[in-house]
Amino acid sequence: MTHLEKIESQSVYILREAHHHFRNLAMLWSIGKDSTVMLWLARKAFFGHVPFPLVHIDTDFKIPEMIRYRDKLALDWKLNMITGRNEQALQEGRTFPAGKLTRVECCKTLKTDALVNTLSGKWPRYRMDHATGKYVPDTNKEPYTGVIVGARADEEGSRSKERYFSPRDKESNWEVGDQPPELWNQFKTDFAPGTHIRVHPLLDWTELDIWEYIEKEKIPVVPLYFDQGKGERYRSLGCYPCTFPVKSTAKNVKEIIEELKTGKFRNIAERSGRAQDKEDGGGLETLRREGYM
Amino acid sequence: MNIVIVGHVDHGKSTLVGRLLADTGSLPEGKLQQVRDECQRTAKPFEYAFLLDALKDEQSQGITIDTARVFFKSKKREYILIDAPGHIEFLKNMVSGAARAEAALLVIDAEEGIQENSRRHGYLLSMLGIRQVAVCVNKMDRVGYKQEVFDRIQKEYRVFLKEIDLEPRAFIPLSALEGENLITPSKKLPWYRGPAVLEMLDSFEKSPDISARPFRMPVQGIYKFTEDEDTRRIVAGRVESGSLSVGDSVVFLPSGKRSQIKTIEAFSAPKRTSVTAGHSTGVTLTEQVYVNRGDVMCRVKEPLPGVSSLLRVKLFWMGKRPMVLDRPYKLKVAAAQVSVRLKKIERVIDASELKPAAKKEIGRHDVAQCVLQAASAVAFDLMHDLEATGRFVIVDEVDIAGGGIILEMIEDGHDALRRQVTEREQKWDFSVVEPEERTKRYGHRPAFVLLTGKVGVDKKTIAKELEKRLFGLHGAATYFLGMGNLLRGLNTDVEQHRLERHEHVRRMGEVAHLFLDAGLIVVATGSNINDAELSELHEMTSREGMVVVNVGPNGFKSAVVDLNLDPVAGTEKNVRNILQLLKDRKILRDA
Repeated sequence: MTHLEKIESQSVYILREAHHHFRNLAMLWSIGKDSTVMLWLARKAFFGHVPFPLVHIDTDFKIPEMIRYRDKLALDWKLNMITGRNEQALQEGRTFPAGKLTRVECCKTLKTDALVNTLSGKWPRYRMDHATGKYVPDTNKEPYTGVIVGARADEEGSRSKERYFSPRDKESNWEVGDQPPELWNQFKTDFAPGTHIRVHPLLDWTELDIWEYIEKEKIPVVPLYFDQGKGERYRSLGCYPCTFPVKSTAKNVKEIIEELKTGKFRNIAERSGRAQDKEDGGGLETLRREGYM
Repeated sequence: MNIVIVGHVDHGKSTLVGRLLADTGSLPEGKLQQVRDECQRTAKPFEYAFLLDALKDEQSQGITIDTARVFFKSKKREYILIDAPGHIEFLKNMVSGAARAEAALLVIDAEEGIQENSRRHGYLLSMLGIRQVAVCVNKMDRVGYKQEVFDRIQKEYRVFLKEIDLEPRAFIPLSALEGENLITPSKKLPWYRGPAVLEMLDSFEKSPDISARPFRMPVQGIYKFTEDEDTRRIVAGRVESGSLSVGDSVVFLPSGKRSQIKTIEAFSAPKRTSVTAGHSTGVTLTEQVYVNRGDVMCRVKEPLPGVSSLLRVKLFWMGKRPMVLDRPYKLKVAAAQVSVRLKKIERVIDASELKPAAKKEIGRHDVAQCVLQAASAVAFDLMHDLEATGRFVIVDEVDIAGGGIILEMIEDGHDALRRQVTEREQKWDFSVVEPEERTKRYGHRPAFVLLTGKVGVDKKTIAKELEKRLFGLHGAATYFLGMGNLLRGLNTDVEQHRLERHEHVRRMGEVAHLFLDAGLIVVATGSNINDAELSELHEMTSREGMVVVNVGPNGFKSAVVDLNLDPVAGTEKNVRNILQLLKDRKILRDA
């Protein structure tokens, strides 16, 4: 077996376990390369089908190409597409771009809070109507008890400590000092009422693995990852006020792989273009303890 | 390759890993400087361990709390280094890390010598089946790089490893802090002729290819997705050992059903006619048989796994409360899950002292050899034959609390009945409606809730109230199966005699089986049911969905009861408890 075959098999195994154990299961799709690979792995696991909804938290500050790409794939692949957002904060302008919050606070408001309340069903969810391609209010308000997330262990410190199946308490908090044992692909699949489990099928994948798999499987990704002739491209996608393109002339997947293997990004961390990570010592750990992906 | 780094607290595991990353240029640009700056800002001395101990609590306490996965590359290959905590409090995290590894570095502080967790971790590595272990004697700088110190530790630890039947690959003296003997041989250790750490890592062997072993595929699910007029019925799982080809005859255990492989399915991949160990796959069958999740698919002509409800095992307990004889637990072996109880503790071992202790329960961090009694039969291998189907975990309520290996199968005396059930299942005329479709329609999985207890204990009131609640509140397809109705109808040809009791139980089981096949939650009561009768009912219904609720004094000797109720608690509370159990078992929706 090749390395890619091995990690693919493990991710598929995890997705199938999640599908069996959680009836209210959803997959978070950030539209980025990682969660798109994860979505592809779900199609591998279930032989072309995706038997759970895809949830996208829309901060309203996503780069417009990302939303167009999301809706096209949702239609083409017949995905059960759900979106949620922090409507109140957006109306009141309680955001970093509007100047009222720091970057980390803005992440908490538009991403964490929106995520937690969309997952619990407290705030409205919108479901894509495949007949019209428009989003309509979703009638299902049941909380999702299993949430599949595309976190990778190599991204940053707190993610390197994650389990494949990671419990969150009633407030969506992560009890990082007291994680459950996880032996031989026996995962924590039972949980107390009101709590939920985050499922991480991509923990063993590196950024390079992701691109090599995209190349091998010919998975469509957002064109923002490629240089469109301006000598810059996005290495990691997020909200436009906090995510910056990197200088690079990689125009396709092959060139990105080359760049990561031997080129200029060989030794530079992927999230170096993400401003919120640097705001306080453990910015991302704090966010993640409170429920961030 | 996955390598775990274990050893006693403060013996320098994280420093070793941090230093390996730094000295092989595996860190992202600026990372080292960032940690140095951070240390300066907080007036802490710089430590390589901070590269790993990413959590705020870890840095403030100066210890590793949870395992970290770190990616690292040598000239030869790629590694995931799993840095495990050495503190006793976090032993479950160490075990989680070690269970993912193919080889291990066990770190011992040269100055402090062999400590409690040096031994305990060694024992657990051996029990978890990790055979490739190198012992790193760290902090040689603190003892002046003296050979006597190294030799003394080596001699003493070898004696211990011999006792637990673990042959180390090497003993390596080093100083992680000073970077001596990590990447290249150290000038400060002229008396040492063995490999440096990196050379050791590169010489570990990949786990042996298990494609030539008997074929095992634990069934993870049966998929029939009807979207886009997909008519395939796919049995999905991962091949844990052996290989399989189109046309092979297969048998599913413990149910014993047989069929033949029609196709091997895959999405967006070239058509294939065979599949080998390691791959997650799916197959369609020529002859439809109802297979349950958890069954193990095997090839007919190869050695088959054992099938029994009695297992002799060695287990390691991590639960906050001890494992005791009279509490029900869940046993998970590969994809199978059954209720289980501890039938007998044969010996409890303190893993750091290797001393047996006379104990009536298995405490946190104890290792025990014991006999487990499962509610119904499971298919399994012995750990020394096939690892993936030879190990298990124990779930206490909602938490994984124990892990272990299967040493031996014990006959449970149900072989004749099992053959009878297999024959019935083999010839079963299946409905065109799939079980999963029924589950979707009814909003719950099928179940057989049996209320047992002594004669005179009121079980029927609870059973009928349960039926009412299930039907009303939960909208379930449910039915109370009255024993009296059976006796005066279906069973009129069988005498009301104690000798004929067996036949009454058999008919009850078969009727319950029909209800389960129809997707219902069937509720029944049975007085003075004994251990043997209960296991027969389990065998006959052969589904995950049998739930045993005992009311009043528990008259079973060793059979597994899922819930014990006290009649004094009142019907309301007792029914609520059963409903909660059905949710925990994921029979009812979990919301």
